[in-house]
Amino acid sequence: MEKTIHAVINKYNGDETRLMDILLDIQAELGYLSDATIACVAKTLNIPQVNVEQTASFYHFFARAPRGACTVYLNDSVVAGFNGRAAVARAFEEAAGCSFGQVSPDGRIGLFDTACIGMSDQEPAALINDEVFTSLTPARARELVAGLRAGQTVAALKGDRLGDGQNAHPLVRAMVRNNICRRGAIVFDDYQPGAALRRVVAMSSSEVIALVKAANVRGRGGAGFPTGNKWEFARRAPGDVKYIFCNADEGEPGTFKDRVILTELPQLVFEGMAIAGYAVGAQQGLLYIRNEYRYLRAYLEQTLADLRAHHQLGPSIAGQAGFNFDVKIQFGAGAYVCGEESALIESAEGRRGEPRDRPPFPVEKGYLQRPTVVNNVETLCSVVKVILRGPEWYNSLGTAESKGTKVLSVSGDCAQPGIYEVAWGLTVNDILKMAGAQDVQAVQVGGPSGACIAPAEFNRKLAYEDLATGGALIVIGRQRDLLRDVVLNFARFFREESCGSCVPCRALTGMSQLVLEKIIAGQGAPRDLDRLLVWATLMKRNRCGLGQTALNPIVSTIKNFRGLYEQRIKAGDDRFEPAFDLAAAVQDYEAAVAVPQE
Amino acid sequence: MAENTMPKKIIATTSLAGCFGCHMSLLDIDERLLELIELVEFNKSPINDIKEFTKECDIGLIEGGCCNDENVHTLISFRQHCKVLVAVGECAIMGGLPALRNVIPLQECLAEAYLHGPTVADSNPQRIIPHDSDLPKILDRVYPCHEVVKMDYFIPGCAPRADLIWDALVALVTGQELKLTYDTFKFD
Ligand SMILES: Cc1cc2nc3c(=O)[nH]c(=O)nc-3n(C[C@H](O)[C@H](O)[C@H](O)COP(=O)(O)O)c2cc1C
Ligand code: SF4
Ligand code: SF4
Repeated sequence: MEKTIHAVINKYNGDETRLMDILLDIQAELGYLSDATIACVAKTLNIPQVNVEQTASFYHFFARAPRGACTVYLNDSVVAGFNGRAAVARAFEEAAGCSFGQVSPDGRIGLFDTACIGMSDQEPAALINDEVFTSLTPARARELVAGLRAGQTVAALKGDRLGDGQNAHPLVRAMVRNNICRRGAIVFDDYQPGAALRRVVAMSSSEVIALVKAANVRGRGGAGFPTGNKWEFARRAPGDVKYIFCNADEGEPGTFKDRVILTELPQLVFEGMAIAGYAVGAQQGLLYIRNEYRYLRAYLEQTLADLRAHHQLGPSIAGQAGFNFDVKIQFGAGAYVCGEESALIESAEGRRGEPRDRPPFPVEKGYLQRPTVVNNVETLCSVVKVILRGPEWYNSLGTAESKGTKVLSVSGDCAQPGIYEVAWGLTVNDILKMAGAQDVQAVQVGGPSGACIAPAEFNRKLAYEDLATGGALIVIGRQRDLLRDVVLNFARFFREESCGSCVPCRALTGMSQLVLEKIIAGQGAPRDLDRLLVWATLMKRNRCGLGQTALNPIVSTIKNFRGLYEQRIKAGDDRFEPAFDLAAAVQDYEAAVAVPQE
Repeated sequence: MAENTMPKKIIATTSLAGCFGCHMSLLDIDERLLELIELVEFNKSPINDIKEFTKECDIGLIEGGCCNDENVHTLISFRQHCKVLVAVGECAIMGGLPALRNVIPLQECLAEAYLHGPTVADSNPQRIIPHDSDLPKILDRVYPCHEVVKMDYFIPGCAPRADLIWDALVALVTGQELKLTYDTFKFD
């Protein structure tokens, strides 16, 4: 064990900021992170054991106890639930002989839940030893367990069912499908790798930034921050060492567009990073990508190597002396909050993914306290096209405040879930029509942190000035129990994913889940709705966007679907608590005194 | 202070699963007790030993959570007789110290207390867990008051400082807003 640990740590030159990589690699070798492993890592790195412990315990893909020779992480997202996850889970449990959260008695198979793995258009899906298995059925689950029991490898079980496009690339070989239903004018349009870089080197860095500003490019990660301004801040920030981070954490349930972009157009993303590096004066880039997309690792590494060979990364890019830029890939280990840019930076430094207090902002003091630009995958793609076709063209697409296109991840109850790249400004109805959705009860726009809207609002526009969105649209059909199947799932998600630093976020995500469960069980009191709404105002005091939006699913459904709550709430005297049951509460006591004690 | 034009507000108080520390803190308002008597009239309360409600009350102060069925009945009767119910102190608000037992199954708690505990020794030869129709029944866990009835206000602390109880009472009685300065809710 020690030998393995020392070898891994040596690979990373004993650098404690690489703790994420170190733990991921050690776990790959040893199966899980035992107490002895943690102690040994701490000793070898010469850091306090608690530092290793807190990183290891923060991320849900780090196992502190054995999770089976084959570990099944079955997605627990809303859309997986729509598509029959419960039956698949039961089949896994029966076949493996253990429940979720446990390892089978023979130690072969571990079953675990996991939050959305970015496959909402092909659910139910699971990760089995880092391989993705999509569109699962109970029969397939039984077949998989039987195969694993019989000693078949995960790769063999996957067989030749490969997805479309680069999913079938020899270095990917995944059964994942792209489902690109609509190619728009920017991201999924024609692309010549390197052409934008050749343009850029003919300009000064401030000219590049001026171009991005003139195009009014706004961040696609959700917040819509003007990209040119962000780059300008970082360029002006004092210091010689600066960083460009690409945020591919994509943890918002229902979002999967960055996965498809990275599968089909990784060169475009890396080119965008290099352009950002040129504009900001940064020489090092980092792609922070969620562990769920680990199956893309070899392919992305190869893409980087090819780009270096073509002088589109590395020293003297596009023949320009002094334009040096390279990209490193950093995997996460399962934590939604790491999509928040300062948490992402903490994680990349090897720590718990706990958001930082701001200011200072990452553009001033980010990775290793140096100025750092964090941009979404899609934002970086847009910039490349702005360089090639100019700001006027870019401004001709979209609406007054939202220029260009948006790549949407559409999932749920519709005929054609998948990727739709559309100009900003289309209505929800337009998208529903494209995706073949009928009999729609609600649409969750922007994932759980967004809003759940009713048909009366389907004529609203997708744009920063109306319905802002990071791109996820989950279609919820009439047949669904909105509170139980959707809102409660989101409430659990936020409770699970809160990093726990802020009291309102830590406490109220849990308390609101309990109140919601009470209401769903028919035990709600009328005042419960008022309580939830008051709590939502307290949540605005939290440090980061996770806590600030965590009650949005509840608030937006109370606003738009109040009737669904009222139907379940006990009418009558609001002074008492319907959930309290005295007879049940004294049952244990009566049982304890009923039997004579030995 | 208040002119005697308004009828006095009527207050009731009780200690459920509490230690009486919150009541002690209320008495800790010292000479302001005299002012309080000018403002309010006490009904059911251990302070004056009135055992049953003799009229409808404006304000009920609850110390302690519910650890047995008698606590529940008392709390419900307070809810029925008081317009405004205030949870005073940690025990009423969250269960407090008694709720430490909530992580242990009741059977184990009772066995430790009456059968196996080091202080039991041979003093319970018949190995009886006390039970009698006159004894309250112990609940499966300690419930904070708001899980049983609606609570209108919460005064935090263990016990809440006398000044805080005083300010809260004056605000409730006079209908003026309570000024919550930063040090009111800064505990560390
Ligand atoms: C809880 C949380 C999760 C986030 N997840 C992501 C994510 O997965 N991808 C992303 O690009 N931005 C995410 N963001 C937004 C980032 O903090 C940041 O604004 C974004 O990466 C900036 O890039 P942009 O300006 O190109 O949009 C998240 C924010 C929060 C609060
Ligand atoms: S809001 Fe929640 S997730 Fe964000 S920093 Fe606070 S506790 Fe952590
Ligand atoms: S809150 Fe503190 S003082 Fe009040 S009853 Fe409970 S333990 Fe006693």
